[in-house]
Amino acid sequence: MPRIIFRGADGETHEVTVDAGRSVMLGATMNGVPGIDADCGGTLSCATCHVYVDKAWADLIPPVEEVENDLLENVACERAPNSRLSCQIFVTDTLDGITVDIPERQF
Amino acid sequence: MEGLAIVGGSYAALNIAASARQHGYSESITILTDENELPYHRPPLSKGFLLGATDRETLPLRGEAFYRDNAIEVVFGARAGTIDRAALRVETTKGSFGFSKLAIATGTRARLVPIPGVELDGVVTLRSLADADAIRARLPSVRSVVIVGGGFIGLEMAASMAKYGFDVTVLEGLDRVLARVTGPTMSQFIQREFLEHGVKLVCDTTVDAFEGANGTVQGVCTRNGDRHAADLVVLAIGAQPNIELAEPLGLADPQGVIVDLCGRTSNPAVFAAGDCAYGMNAFAGSALRLESVQNATDQGKAAGAAIAGIEVPNGAVPWFWSDQFDLKLQMVGLCEGADRQVVRGSVDSRKFSVFYMKNDHIVAIDSVNCAGDNILGRKLLGKPHSVTAEQVADPGFNLRSLV
Repeated sequence: MPRIIFRGADGETHEVTVDAGRSVMLGATMNGVPGIDADCGGTLSCATCHVYVDKAWADLIPPVEEVENDLLENVACERAPNSRLSCQIFVTDTLDGITVDIPERQF
Repeated sequence: MEGLAIVGGSYAALNIAASARQHGYSESITILTDENELPYHRPPLSKGFLLGATDRETLPLRGEAFYRDNAIEVVFGARAGTIDRAALRVETTKGSFGFSKLAIATGTRARLVPIPGVELDGVVTLRSLADADAIRARLPSVRSVVIVGGGFIGLEMAASMAKYGFDVTVLEGLDRVLARVTGPTMSQFIQREFLEHGVKLVCDTTVDAFEGANGTVQGVCTRNGDRHAADLVVLAIGAQPNIELAEPLGLADPQGVIVDLCGRTSNPAVFAAGDCAYGMNAFAGSALRLESVQNATDQGKAAGAAIAGIEVPNGAVPWFWSDQFDLKLQMVGLCEGADRQVVRGSVDSRKFSVFYMKNDHIVAIDSVNCAGDNILGRKLLGKPHSVTAEQVADPGFNLRSLV
């Protein structure tokens, strides 16, 4: 199973695994990783699963689409070029080890 | 016994538990739920889950690891009956649990009406995963569906049933759908969309009787003499708060369990949050009972903090979402009391927001396929701002400059 590495705003690192095809968001919520609220469960309604994707991985994931982009415009912490909603990053074997930073707050 | 007992097993219960721990509560925490699931996402039940697009495995709000890591025990199938105020115990179908603090997060149940035939097989409501499973199990034999109630659950169900290709009719008692939660512009837009998807819509009507044969529903008769064939009837006429636990303690009125901005009741050992809770809403400036994921989450966080002895009043701007067909409907703020509506964007291109204004500020925004307006509203509406209707309507005006 692909691994995901979350780096918390407090400096703590969590390594989890999820089935290929599942989202990075689900990797956090199902494994007790703090800091990913995921209020809407991945339906692109809430923008509370914001992460910063490590630059080494940013080019390996499909680009931001329109609704995600609209939501990222007003996330609680600053939007950066590598900002993504983790519900829209679906893990594959190619993404094994994908590393993301969790912002200080989601709202 | 010391510790926190939480009655209820959904968004509010989870957030009370998580927030109590986050704010340093160190005694035991027990969630007593009458369901057999960890707290789960409910919105997919009328949409993705019903259509088979959302896996059951993705429904839990948090996985088992979360409960283990935070020492939160969940007792399944525990239906709470009474609370012994003197002994600080809650009696459930899974035994008696002592507590030093109690949180009531019992939510709502579907409202039923004493209409002849309401007891027929095939007349259903939707609140829980078990309800959704039961509806899914019926679908192979369904051809015609009548939805009673043109609110969010009714319309979401209608959209899902239409996607299955069923013959779908929505019966609404008022003169337009979503009348209690949105303005006429949005209602008319939604009605047009449903008609275009082949859903029949009858407003200003009430049900006289559900007809059936051999105990199974076959049709719905309305006040105006129409009969609509149905082998599945979904009653979606609102919900009522579950106040039966709180009432004998003197902590509830028919509106709900009475709480302050921190989820405290008048009993210092008892807290409440979510759909069952009624109380002052900081954004509205008046007492409300809100039925939403957002409110259950934010009120739950406030109550959890208060249980840990830390005052973090809930000041969130109310927001809500609903997906119907390919429409992403999102609402933020409260439109009641607005003195005008301004449309930004294009209704014809199905991408617009209705801004509800009072004097020179925005009190609510209802969006269709404009997620950016909604999330901006969550930041803007709780803050002082000043804007004209002309600016709001002008697509060249940058609303973000107001934040």
